[in-house]
Amino acid sequence: MLEQIYKAHALMDEVCKALGRQINIMEVCGTHTVAIFRNGIKGTLPPKIKMLSGPGCPVCVTDAGYIDVALKLADDKSVIIATYGDMMRVPGTNGSLERKHSKNVKVVLSSTDALQLAQDNPGKTVVFLAVGFETTTPATAVVVRQAAELGIDNFTVLAAHKRILPAMKALLCEKNHKIDAFLCPGHVSVIIGSDAYVPIVREFARPCVVAGFEPLQIIEGLGEICRQLAKQEPEVKSVYNAVVTPQGNATAQQIINQCFEAADSYWRGLGKINNSAFRLKNQYARFDAFKRFGLEEKGAEDVTGCRCGEILCGLIDPPQCAMFGKTCTPDTPVGPCMVSSEGTCAAWFKYARKGKTAQ
Amino acid sequence: MTTNAVDKILLAHGGGGRLTDQLIRHNILPKLKNDILAELADAAKLELSSSSVCFSTDSYVVKPLFFNGGDIGKLAVCGTINDLAVAGAKPAVLGLALIIEEGFEFRLLEKILESAADTAKQNNVPIVAGDTKVVETGAADKIFINTAGVGTRLPGVDLGFDKIALGDKLIINGTIGDHGMAIICQREDIKFQSDLESDCAAVAELVCKILESIAGVKFMRDPTRGGLAATLNEIVIASGHSIEITEADIPVKPTAQAAADVLGFDILNVANEGKFVAVVSPESAENILSLCRNHPLGKDAQIIGSVVRTADAPVVELITRIGGRRIVQMPYGHELPRIC
Amino acid sequence: MCLAIPARIIELTDDKAVVDAMGNRFKARTTLLPEAKLGDLVLVHAGFAIGLVDEEEAKETWQLLAEIDAFWDTPNKLSG
Repeated sequence: MLEQIYKAHALMDEVCKALGRQINIMEVCGTHTVAIFRNGIKGTLPPKIKMLSGPGCPVCVTDAGYIDVALKLADDKSVIIATYGDMMRVPGTNGSLERKHSKNVKVVLSSTDALQLAQDNPGKTVVFLAVGFETTTPATAVVVRQAAELGIDNFTVLAAHKRILPAMKALLCEKNHKIDAFLCPGHVSVIIGSDAYVPIVREFARPCVVAGFEPLQIIEGLGEICRQLAKQEPEVKSVYNAVVTPQGNATAQQIINQCFEAADSYWRGLGKINNSAFRLKNQYARFDAFKRFGLEEKGAEDVTGCRCGEILCGLIDPPQCAMFGKTCTPDTPVGPCMVSSEGTCAAWFKYARKGKTAQ
Repeated sequence: MTTNAVDKILLAHGGGGRLTDQLIRHNILPKLKNDILAELADAAKLELSSSSVCFSTDSYVVKPLFFNGGDIGKLAVCGTINDLAVAGAKPAVLGLALIIEEGFEFRLLEKILESAADTAKQNNVPIVAGDTKVVETGAADKIFINTAGVGTRLPGVDLGFDKIALGDKLIINGTIGDHGMAIICQREDIKFQSDLESDCAAVAELVCKILESIAGVKFMRDPTRGGLAATLNEIVIASGHSIEITEADIPVKPTAQAAADVLGFDILNVANEGKFVAVVSPESAENILSLCRNHPLGKDAQIIGSVVRTADAPVVELITRIGGRRIVQMPYGHELPRIC
Repeated sequence: MCLAIPARIIELTDDKAVVDAMGNRFKARTTLLPEAKLGDLVLVHAGFAIGLVDEEEAKETWQLLAEIDAFWDTPNKLSG
């Protein structure tokens, strides 16, 4: 394994020397951000390679307003909130699900557990916090479909699933963006297929390389990006051949399309992006918790001084935010970049040397 | 009517009257079997081999009560024995206090007592004092246990944060994360089957052997809640020194790592109940490592790192498998399963 | 996103499977992977198998899987 690493590093060094300028690579996916930090990869890269951490952490792009809706629903004793653990510590405007200490908030490992909760508690309404990109969306679609088939009407979904490609395009349309290439999310790609990134290459001429989350995967992915940049031949390539195919998982895509349709949504820091979210189709509207409870997600105001938006676009690094490490820490998070275990700021805080930036 | 005809604990069993008396005489004493306890005095009279002692106490609220590799009774005894040992003392006696929820099944109480008794006996540490209280349904979660212990300080052994110095090595006696991951997969909401077993064990014998035969141990601690990460951070904060550890040298069972990966946990933050971290002089490290490896509770021992120069603030830094570096932070204190 | 691990299908009835990841056995659905069979190595995310894993590539990709082979082949520093 070490040999492959040396090879990739040698390639990166070579390319950096040849190009003679800074190379900005955006890892879109929060799990990549964390993997890069946990393995200390940044420190091993040539100084001319800069990693930008993009908005691919679904917790990061989940508005405080969404949490506020969930907290409000948790006040209703006839409701059971079923959520992945990731959402428990995300701050709403006034506290988080964890701090609420409600007996009716249950952490689940799978959407199927949430549906089971509904079946086991016929007197209550389960609200499943459905967050995540295309990797997680099919799991929600499966249980919505099942609930419809079995008539489990006390099951609802507070959907906030998002689509990765519109966000990637929006980033490339941002005026001051510095993105030279994308390290594409391995597991989203298992669902959507590596061919999904072809339009990005065609329209924006940026390399799109799909990698998994093991350190060697990331390093090989970065090496491949450098190779493409040196040859000025951007293309879609996957180094995650163990699981990613060009077409992706057709069954999963079909199930998503059966239950969801694209809708516009607001992303923290990026504003409104067209067709960037999944909304339940009309025939499944009765499972939509927003509709069932007559609630709307009010876009919460960004806290003054919170620069999560610029961080999510890769325009600044966490230490450039005045609140970083001072008023905003993992124990006292202000914005989602610090709250999420995958958030750029949380990763910097936890893994990078105190007082020094990671590069 | 003897208590054996009853299958659940009643409030009266903690009331200090006839039922309490029966519980103690018929169920507790016969298992814990020692002369001091049999006196049923208000306090145990002790003749210790030294007046220089260590004292420790801990409470146990683990769920589930019974898990692969042990139960709350064994845990309660091992936990306090280990705390005494890593402080440099030979455990001498234990106290055992039970707080039981009304309605708790008798046969489960018997099993727990037997387990505590067996563990105490195997380690030659009699339980010489005890107490039993019963609270109403809902006022406690089945059973809570407190153990307290006294140990005699080993002569010539003086462990402390202030003894830690630049260049010292860190040794762990085996694989990390086994207990925490074994427990978590038996929790109601998580529920998966695993080959994993808790590493719950009393390491006092091994620890005392090390301390009595090899000079050079500066400090020891058992990495329980918060895992190795918490213990290393505690050492760094208290000693003012920085620590550097090497990921590839930290022993982890593949099953434990995979279980952590499934849930999105950091194995460094996961509890251990049969492990100790020792900070030792560089000259003594290899000998201590050998001694560990020749003992059943230390066969997977490794030197995992060393005490290093501090740059700006004392930190725990990890050298990753690919040669990168990252800081190991003090854990939050409660790991939540993640999907992202 | 997101966390997903390779695991082997050791039981399968309709779309309900039990998978094994290095000695941890848990439930997963194969609803999204109808072509999955008993014995297949699959990628599991949030209780669902989302893709088939190529065994040879897997050893190159996941250190833990690669180590397991080495683990059995050589006298290792881990004793059990």
